[in-house]
This record gives sequence, C-alpha cells and structure tokens, in this order.
Amino acid sequence: MSRKLYVNTTINGEEIEFLCEPRQSLLEVLRDDLEMTGTKEGCNDGNCGACNVIMDGVLMNSCLVLAAEAQNRNISTIEGLATPQGLHPLQQKFLENASLQCGVCTPGFLMAAKSLLDHNPDPTEHEVRHWLAGNLCRCTGYDKIVRAVCDAADVVKETA
Amino acid sequence: MVIGDIERKLRLQNFEYSAPVTVKEAIDLLAGDNCGARILAGGTDLIVQLRQGHLSTDRVVDIKRLPDCNKLSYDPSEGLILGAAVPCHRIYGDETIVKTYPGLIDAAAIIGGIQIQGRATVGGNLCNSSPSADTIPILIAYRAECEIAGPTGTRKVPVEDFCTAPGKNILQKGEILLALHLPSVAKSSGAHYLRFIPRFEMDIAVVGAGAYVELDEEGRSFKKARIGLAAVAPTPLFAREAGDLLQGKEVSEASIDAAALAAQSIARPISDMRAPAEYRKHLVKVLTKRALWGAVRRARGEFVPNAVQENGR
Ligand SMILES: Cc1cc2nc3c(=O)[nH]c(=O)nc-3n(C[C@H](O)[C@H](O)[C@H](O)COP(=O)(O)OP(=O)(O)OC[C@H]3O[C@@H](n4cnc5c(N)ncnc54)[C@H](O)[C@@H]3O)c2cc1C
Ligand code: FES
Ligand code: FES
Repeated sequence: MSRKLYVNTTINGEEIEFLCEPRQSLLEVLRDDLEMTGTKEGCNDGNCGACNVIMDGVLMNSCLVLAAEAQNRNISTIEGLATPQGLHPLQQKFLENASLQCGVCTPGFLMAAKSLLDHNPDPTEHEVRHWLAGNLCRCTGYDKIVRAVCDAADVVKETA
Repeated sequence: MVIGDIERKLRLQNFEYSAPVTVKEAIDLLAGDNCGARILAGGTDLIVQLRQGHLSTDRVVDIKRLPDCNKLSYDPSEGLILGAAVPCHRIYGDETIVKTYPGLIDAAAIIGGIQIQGRATVGGNLCNSSPSADTIPILIAYRAECEIAGPTGTRKVPVEDFCTAPGKNILQKGEILLALHLPSVAKSSGAHYLRFIPRFEMDIAVVGAGAYVELDEEGRSFKKARIGLAAVAPTPLFAREAGDLLQGKEVSEASIDAAALAAQSIARPISDMRAPAEYRKHLVKVLTKRALWGAVRRARGEFVPNAVQENGR
C-alpha cells in the first residue's frame, strides 16, 4: 500500500481532516471512511450521477475525483442540503411528487438540481431535463423528478 | 459476477499521487525511473480507464496546480491560450471565448453531462486521443497548436499532427501538454462543430465535423476554410483538400456540397456497435455540410446557438 496522504478540506461548511490512500476516490472516502453514506455509488464510472457532489461551486462525479484532490476545497454533499430548520425545497418537492422509489439515484439528482438552481433559478422544463441528463434513474421514469425540480424552483424563487 | 469482481471494479490499484506546482517538477516525476507515471487532468478518461484495468500506473501526476496549465487568456492579436487543465465549464463560462470561438464552445459544452464538464478538459480530450473525441475536429479547424514541455525543452505541434492511432499520440516519455494555442480569428469568420448521436445528450459521436471559415467582407465568398472530422478514421482527420477547395469560391450549395464530398472521400470509417461504416460515410457528408453552413452563418453575424444557449445554462 502507498503511504497515506493527509487531506484537509471543508465538507458542508465544516473543516475536516482525513488520511487516505492515493488510489481512493472521493466517493470511497466519503462513504467508507467519513461515514457519509448519503452520496451513492451507482456505476463508478461517471455515467449515472448518483455520486454527485458540488466542489468549489462545480457539480462533479465524486467517483472520478481522487480524495487527495479534495485538499483545500469546499465540498457540498447531500448531508448538507437540509438545515436544522427543515428540508431543502428540493427535498420537500421530491417527497410531495413521489420522485423516488428505491432512492439510490436521489442524492445525486438533488445535488445536480441544487447546482442547476444555483446557476439558473428559473429553469424551463427543457432546461431541467438537459441539466439532469447526466443522472440516471432506473425506477421513476424521470417525469416526477423533473416536476419536483420545477416546483422547487418556484419555491426557491419566492423565498429568495 | 462474483464478489471479487465487484471489489476489483470498486478499487483502483495502488499508486502514488503527486500534485507538482512547477513544470520542471512535473517533468522530473514523469521522466524519472518510475516509468508508469500518468498525467491526471480532469480524470474523466484516466480514472475510468484505470478502474476498468485498461491502463495501469504507479504514479498519478495531477497537473491542476501548474499555473501554465490553468491559463485561459485571449488577446486579439495573439489568440487564445487554453491551458491543458482548464475544465470545459470554465471555457463556456467565459463570455469573450463564447463570442470569439463559438466552435470551441459547441464541442466543450457537449462532452458528457454537466458533471463531466465540471472536470473534463480539452487537453485531456486531445491527449486521450480517441478518434471520436469531440474537441479535436474543431481544434484542427481553428489551426490550434499544442505547446508541449519535456525533458529536452518545449516544442509546438499542430493539433492535426498530434494523434497517431486510437489512444496514441506523439507525446514522448516525460512530456506534458501545457496548453493549446488557438490563433486569433479573422473579422468575417465563423466556426461550428456538430456530431451525430442517437440521443440528445451523453453519448459518443458516431461522426463529428468541425469547420472554420473566413469570408470576404460582404460574406459572399470564402477566403479560407478548414475542416476537421471525428470518428471516421483511426485518428481525427484534417480534411485539408476539402477546405482548400472552398478558397475563393462563392458561398453556395454547390461549393459546400463539393467540399462535403471531398471530406467524405477521405473518410475511412469502421463498423462498430455505434454504426455501420456505410452510415458513417453518409454522415460525414451531411455533417460537413451542416458544419460549414453553421460556420458561414456565424461569419455573417447570424445567431447559431450552442448547447449552452439552447439549454439556458
Ligand atoms: C460519462 C462520460 C461521458 C463522456 N462523454 C464524452 C463526449 O461526449 N465526448 C468526448 O469527446 N468525450 C467524452 N468523454 C470522455 C472524457 O470526458 C473526455 O475525453 C475529456 O475531455 C477528458 O478530459 P480529462 O481532463 O478528464 O482527461 P484525463 O482523464 O485527466 O486524461 C485523459 C488522458 O490524457 C492524458 N493527459 C491529460 N492531460 C494531459 C496533458 N496535459 N499532457 C499529457 N497527457 C495528458 C492522461 O494521462 C490520460 O491518459 C466522456 C467520459 C465520461 C466518463
Ligand atoms: S457512481 Fe459516479 S457517476 Fe455513477
Ligand atoms: S429511484 Fe431508484 S434509481 Fe431512481
């Protein structure tokens, strides 16, 4: 095994230190070492988006990021989406629209949708579908997910 | 699948990780006795290929901390310097580049989905040297050059001379692509890249075509044209003769059809799971025509939207 690397990073606003093997992906460290299992593993090769996190404001697949690259970064994961005050409007609308069945894709969709609303607070349905093209869902058929994101956008707009 | 296979899919093999901050340090790491060192830019090809076992390595050299690789600067007389570690989202997030190099945006904004574009670089797309890589045809069309640093100094190589076979290129041991240099664009010029895929997004080009054109002041005839093609040969192709045919010609269906036929004639596609060779052969002509017309329209100041503009990003 290669010598472990020391990484200092910020996850959901909290400064975190960890040791990792150079070969470990950010997804592996989040799930296996930091016990943040909200971020899911689907394909492990960049195709499904279940592992989406936002790093320095940019949506990415954590399965294709080495944990060592997290040094001095600012990472948002699904665990940071809800606040002590309650669920994020995206989460609330996913519940109301029954936008999940097995739920494995859900954290990835939520993070992708979060990054969409950060960039474009008033997306059309077409724009929502386009932005979410890198996320796969095997259960819902997507419509309910798209509806939830559109509904959440309305809420976020009103409260902004 | 047995449990052991699943674990192998999960775990990357062991390697060391380095994130050098000077080019010299990076070259030393790559040229040193550990000859299995590989460069990491966005990792959207490298990490996938390591995980699939198509590649192996004992050291990953991350170039994202090299200032030379993070340059993204445009100067009307010098052109565009596009650092090898600049991810696609930074390129299409830059208004000047969107305005000045719309053909580059056409390509950078369709690689994978949004989350891939947050990481994937044009440099990595070129160095991965896939025949179907989306950015290479338009880099060729723009007459881009590679700035390469290595143990014996730096050199510049035109993009059309870079790829040598599927997944292979001219880089020697210890060499790094630092940046791509796109020459400045002429006044009445335009460019366009497009590909055919059977879906709307998230697919690999069945065929891709990129064109850069310069027109006379009235926008009636071609002063110059360059065409690049993807997925019709073992490497991306520069359809030099097809572009040269247009020089001095009037912009018309006839002249553009003739250029598209010339592009088609050099295509030597294979049949694979994406398409039979005959279909690819047909597509080259259609896409070359469309790429040329798109470039002409942009040269004339008409609006031809890219994926960012079409999708409200
Ligand atoms: C889900 C998914 C969808 C995709 N869709 C597309 C698509 O639509 N179109 C397309 O063209 N590609 C696509 N790709 C492939 C990939 O995303 C692109 O080729 C991308 O541009 C690679 O850039 P990168 O920075 O991630 O490269 P990396 O993976 O970091 O590097 C790629 C290769 O080049 C080498 N390398 C990188 N930088 C340098 C350098 N500066 N000097 C020397 N060698 C270097 C690396 O060692 C590696 O071998 C897709 C990939 C995934 C996972
Ligand atoms: S697990 Fe990362 S994209 Fe599927
Ligand atoms: S809810 Fe099961 S994969 Fe989307």
